[in-house]
Amino acid sequence: MSKDNQVLEELTSREYEHGWTTNIETESAPKGLNEDIIRFISSKKNEPEWLLEWRLKAYRHWTKMKEPKWPNVTYPPINYQDVIYYSAPKQKVTPKNLEDVDPELIKTFEKLGISLTEQKRLTGVAVDAVIDSVSVATTFKEKLGELGIIFCSFGEAVQKHPELIKKYMGSVVPITDNYFAALNSAVFTDGSFCYIPKGVRCPMELSTYFRINAANTGQFERTLIVADEGSYVSYLEGCTAPMRDENQLHAAVVEIYAMKDAQVKYSTVQNWYPGDKEGKGGIYNFVTKRGLCAGDGSKISWTQVETGSAITWKYPSCILKGDNSVGEFYSVAVTNNMQQADTGTKMIHIGKNTKSRIVSKGISAGKSQNSYRGQVHIMKRAENARNFSQCDSLLMGDKCGAHTFPYIDVENSSARIEHEATTSKIGEDQIFYCLQRGIDEESAVALIVNGYAKEVLNQLPMEFAVEAQKLLALTLEGSVG
Amino acid sequence: MLTIKNLQAKIDDKQILNGINLNVKPGEVHAIMGPNGSGKSTLASVLAGREEYEVLAGEVDYLGKDLLAMAPEERAREGVFLAFQYPVEIPGVSTINFMKTAVNQIRQHRGQQPLDAVSFLQVMKEKMKLVEIDQSLLNRALNEGFSGGEKKRNEIFQMAMLEPKLAILDETDSGLDIDALRIVSNGVNKLRSKNNAVIVVTHYQRLLNYIVPDYVHVLYKGKIVKSGGKELALELEAKGYDWIKDEVSVA
Repeated sequence: MSKDNQVLEELTSREYEHGWTTNIETESAPKGLNEDIIRFISSKKNEPEWLLEWRLKAYRHWTKMKEPKWPNVTYPPINYQDVIYYSAPKQKVTPKNLEDVDPELIKTFEKLGISLTEQKRLTGVAVDAVIDSVSVATTFKEKLGELGIIFCSFGEAVQKHPELIKKYMGSVVPITDNYFAALNSAVFTDGSFCYIPKGVRCPMELSTYFRINAANTGQFERTLIVADEGSYVSYLEGCTAPMRDENQLHAAVVEIYAMKDAQVKYSTVQNWYPGDKEGKGGIYNFVTKRGLCAGDGSKISWTQVETGSAITWKYPSCILKGDNSVGEFYSVAVTNNMQQADTGTKMIHIGKNTKSRIVSKGISAGKSQNSYRGQVHIMKRAENARNFSQCDSLLMGDKCGAHTFPYIDVENSSARIEHEATTSKIGEDQIFYCLQRGIDEESAVALIVNGYAKEVLNQLPMEFAVEAQKLLALTLEGSVG
Repeated sequence: MLTIKNLQAKIDDKQILNGINLNVKPGEVHAIMGPNGSGKSTLASVLAGREEYEVLAGEVDYLGKDLLAMAPEERAREGVFLAFQYPVEIPGVSTINFMKTAVNQIRQHRGQQPLDAVSFLQVMKEKMKLVEIDQSLLNRALNEGFSGGEKKRNEIFQMAMLEPKLAILDETDSGLDIDALRIVSNGVNKLRSKNNAVIVVTHYQRLLNYIVPDYVHVLYKGKIVKSGGKELALELEAKGYDWIKDEVSVA
């Protein structure tokens, strides 16, 4: 065996870093899905009657829907009756502050590099930590409260701010939107809620960290961000899960509502367990993310670094309803081994002078399949709409696939649309050039890939950009050879 | 410093090097000349450790070590530098970032601490002056959209940064106009010392007016068929390669 092959062997056998589990007592619903389970979840969360009705309506609709078959991914049929829809760490008292939180849970997040102790954290970030079905802690709540910013778990928001939840939940992603959004609406258990009042610029990054811990459990969280007129917020989401042989389902919904001149920047570093080298286990990541630029001059920007999950099915989108509103989508999607990703965006131009920008960088290695799927729709009254799309694919090795499915619908002749696409391979020449300068192969791949993804990584908040760079390198270790 | 004995190598099924013998001492400049297809670039690639070439026979001793047993990055870290004939583009990676990675990996190999940003910049500024290169070029993605001259100048800048013991310049003069040739050669001359050696691979004598060699070797059909002083290069320039070919076929 040549030295290169040995290195390759060593690296590909390296294991997923966050694959451990925490030994905490949990309280779970029985397996399966029916109206009683939904009533169980709703009563566990002490929800008002209208919300239970909302869930049941979603459930009844879902039972009439069919799982989408159009994504370019294959997997065995999911038995929805074999999933646990509610699992929560057992806590004797409802924690009022951090001292009441089970130390085991705090340790879990510390192991992930997420400190829930405020003084230990970087001062620039507030976190809502979600484990399995519930939020365990939200930091910096008081400090944000002084500015009128609401940042709390979804469950808490239902209790304390029902008027906001009632008004905005489902306003961007209706319960009938798609199969997985309907499922989520029926069984969602927690998530994050955030409201930025008029004219307020949120002084710190807000972030949610999702962790699946329990076995056989699906994670169905909802995030709702409402940005009032002229406000600004930057939001970050991260996630990990233990290594398990079975596939686990994650079907989340994220809704962003931006009023006049509001700006929301939403960044994701997705690192769910991708399964092993043979494709056993891993998370099915079926997520609906959508932002509504409701007011004139508003702006929503999605940035995602997707490295994990066995299957990713995700299209963070923008509905540009307000005149002069702006939508952006920056994405790096990496697939290795047996991973499959079908990801992209939708930009729906409704208002006048609306602008959108799509920058998608796909990287496929191993035997993985990586698809970009994007839609740009210019509606009739969207005078002078502009779109620029750049879709690049980078292939490593000769057993992987890269696919691009761009859809463009234009109903207004004043629109201007540009679409650029490239496909390239990491060349032996590039690697050798680096080696000849004394750079080892692993660092060479990291350097080349980070260079390729730079335009997207530059969009991430500073500290997360560094984390994302490391993650990219880690995901691709050993994939050249 | 470098002793090559009976080196034979092939690519795919074609044998290119048919028994090269060469001895290079510190402080010396050797020019390897020869017609197209004689194996000049193959020799440079084999010394740098390019995988596509398979060594069939022979040995290469570099500073008392078996060069052929070393991985390409190890050779680089031990002071072997190849200035590429066709420098490769790496989009999104600036020369500065690239060099920082290289310098620090080499330092790590030597058991030294990585250079902090300030010291790195200081070293870089010095070397920039030496090879007359502008910082704006170094901020750009490596070799992307560079002119032929800019690429070659960038190679010499990297050579200055890495301070190799043995530098191999592979057709560094190709694609250069006379001004660029002068700047690149000046850079190389400034980097010459009694401790390091340079192998200049070239088709034309023109470069050797600027980088004056101690020895000139003529490579033909994968063998060194003639060696001499710098005047051999002038003779080749005047008479072309045909007389060498004739000489070889007669013998």
